[in-house]
Amino acid sequence: MPTYKAPLDDMKFVLNDVIDYSRLTSLPGYADFDVDTAMSVLEGAAQFCEEVLHPINQNGDAEGCHIDHGAVTTPSGFKSAYQKYVESGWPALSADEAFGGQGFPQTLRFAVEEMICASNLSFGMFPGLSHGAYHALLMHGADDLKATWLPKLVTGEWSGTMCLTEAQCGTDLGLLTTKAEPRSDGSHAITGNKIFISAGDHDLTDNIVHLVLARLPDAPSGIKGISLFIVPKFLLHADGTPGAANGVRCVSIEHKMGIKASPTCVLAFEHSVGWLVGETNKGMRGMFTMMNAARLAVGMQGLGLSEVAYQNAVSYAKDRLQGRSLTGVKNPSGPADPLIVHPDVRRSLMTIRAFNEGARALSLWVGTHIDMHEKHPDPAVRKDADDFVALMTPIVKAYFTDMGFECTNMALQIYGGHGYIREYGMEQFVRDARIAQIYEGANGIQALDLVGRKLPAEGGRLLRFFFHPLSERLQRTVQDPQLKEFAEPLAKSFARLQQATQFIVMKAMSNPDEAGAASTDYLRMFGLVALGDMWLRMAEVSLAKLPTATGDRSFHDAKIKTARFFMTKMLPEVHGLFARIMAGAGPVMALEAEGF
Amino acid sequence: MKIAVCIKRVADMGARFQIGADGASVSDAGIKYDMSDFDEWAVEAALQLNEKHGGGEVTVISLGPDSAQETLRKALAMGADKAVHLKADRIPFDGFAIAEALAAELKDGGFDLVLFGRIAVDSAAGVTGAMVAELLDMPCVTAVSKLEVSGTTGTAERQVEGGVETLSFPLPALCTIDQGLVTQARYPSLKGIMAAKKKPMESKPAQLGAISVNVSKMELPPERSAGRIVGEGAAAVPELIRLLQTEAKVL
Repeated sequence: MPTYKAPLDDMKFVLNDVIDYSRLTSLPGYADFDVDTAMSVLEGAAQFCEEVLHPINQNGDAEGCHIDHGAVTTPSGFKSAYQKYVESGWPALSADEAFGGQGFPQTLRFAVEEMICASNLSFGMFPGLSHGAYHALLMHGADDLKATWLPKLVTGEWSGTMCLTEAQCGTDLGLLTTKAEPRSDGSHAITGNKIFISAGDHDLTDNIVHLVLARLPDAPSGIKGISLFIVPKFLLHADGTPGAANGVRCVSIEHKMGIKASPTCVLAFEHSVGWLVGETNKGMRGMFTMMNAARLAVGMQGLGLSEVAYQNAVSYAKDRLQGRSLTGVKNPSGPADPLIVHPDVRRSLMTIRAFNEGARALSLWVGTHIDMHEKHPDPAVRKDADDFVALMTPIVKAYFTDMGFECTNMALQIYGGHGYIREYGMEQFVRDARIAQIYEGANGIQALDLVGRKLPAEGGRLLRFFFHPLSERLQRTVQDPQLKEFAEPLAKSFARLQQATQFIVMKAMSNPDEAGAASTDYLRMFGLVALGDMWLRMAEVSLAKLPTATGDRSFHDAKIKTARFFMTKMLPEVHGLFARIMAGAGPVMALEAEGF
Repeated sequence: MKIAVCIKRVADMGARFQIGADGASVSDAGIKYDMSDFDEWAVEAALQLNEKHGGGEVTVISLGPDSAQETLRKALAMGADKAVHLKADRIPFDGFAIAEALAAELKDGGFDLVLFGRIAVDSAAGVTGAMVAELLDMPCVTAVSKLEVSGTTGTAERQVEGGVETLSFPLPALCTIDQGLVTQARYPSLKGIMAAKKKPMESKPAQLGAISVNVSKMELPPERSAGRIVGEGAAAVPELIRLLQTEAKVL
């Protein structure tokens, strides 16, 4: 059975020394949330994830969810774990205090998300979706809707969903047909079928709050005719408790590759009462509020799974005795050396480690910008922070989840045949990781979002928030005798990223397929350079601390060695990606569609 | 009821231990620490007693270096009302030296009940609680698996070989808590963690007694040697039986 220990030491290092978390405590409402408080919260979350969520992950996968007469049941242990989750108050962590939340910085929610995803991704789907629904309602809902629905979403007593997809429309939501007909009391009757609804029905909560995209009778066709509605599973009695069923029926649940303990539902809405959230025909706006937050959260799924897979692969590589080291026996008292002596095993472990630690730093760095965006008194700072988040969202989503799949797969490989069988739990991590590349906007769509929306936005303004600070850091560090070895390769890769950016922007003007063909390579290149930025910062901190370090000496020593691995063994991928991008769209599109 | 719970910070028993440079202690490298399991159950038992009877106060006490405060903070997050840290450079092995320090702190506290875990999961000596009871001249029940209080009388159950024994005793008294009294200690809630920040934590030097027992040497168990495959199928059975009789001498 796999094990999991939350990487609290690394999280503390990132908060304290890499991302300057303490500056958040000067923001309005955040004075109480200093690093010590943050760490006690993370310790509490870690204990919960390790002791409650992780132990039911494997049986959740084996049992899966079941449906009987339209009612979905979750695997054994999920209901009591969810109750404990609610009792412990975790759903309220970073929710608004006006609705019963604890008002913690979003940065910490990122760290908690990583732990939840690492310990039990299927479980994490339920509160994850609830948070998306909470957020959309908070940002776009009318006051009476907020007062009715938010408090119990915040406590976790009720859960939420996002109902977007229909059989004929996934990525292209303009095609959706679910109808919303006005009723005399100002509400609407919602009718239609939705598919792929995560947590669409289950036995964990008394009520489920669906956020549904639907079309009003006179709505324009396409994406500009879509409105957002809140549609509960049960209507409420006058005292606010769930009452009559609201015509929302779970027709079936999908049989799927991974996250088997999370029910993926087909939902039928039949004249279900719904209330408009936000303005008529502006539903996509509310949906994007949910989607953007959810995309970052999905990125954390890639990281979480990569982390838990890494921890287990390390322990297996240390225990499993197979073959002898190429440079002579390392374990003379045993029949063979442990796997970890072999350079190819080491390469895999170092790759996963360098991704995990770099991605953790980057995610929390992005998290601080969400907090700056939400809380900073200066509107200009708020806008800049939001622009940075907008730029990084597709990168965190797609790069983290692509790596999540690659890293869990590498970790499985270390187990050999034992990774392929169920017992060790490694194949579950790979299967669970796969969906994160697909939902909340497939990774190809993320790449298009990056090159098609984020690069050209406001004449390239968004890029400044990444390019300028990195450029300054490189100018300073490339002169430093100790940091030079890290800064130089990063400076070369950064130059390639800038060239590729220019190339894509220029070429796309005459032929948008050029941007499309380059997009996935470009996003990955961006992800690598962004992780490089984090590794340069971490190397700088650890180099400064190492000479006087005592108890954490090995921690900083490992940081420096991992930074060196990243810069020399992972970052050079940028140059291959650059060559591919510069070859243009021609070779991609040359073979006519009929030729396939 | 005024209840004191004495708790110990111990290494995570799932860790890979290494012997420290002095050959007589466990190396700190890569080790995580937490409250000893039995002590967690004792804290839970104290909280449940006061929840049942209403009111009251739970004080948690821990002896050790500054890091003991993290463990105390966790007990506060679970719901204890205040904490006392008895500061010492390290936690000695000698249970009596510790008992003297704890007794000195407890004696004027006016506690109705003093709880310990049955054993600390690291040293597993299981003597400190009983020693404190002796020093405080309190009735003592060890390995309690059920605990009730009515007025000034306590009733405790102990699991003994093949049965259960029920004991009654006057308060104030000292009990050491066994597995089974609570099904599980509660997890610190988010609100509890925030509230713990504002609860009182007093830190003062531990009045340790003279240390007369010391660990002189620690050793890891010898590594198990690899197994031997005698053969395959039915043909291997006679040889296996012969070896089990003559070599392993288990048949």
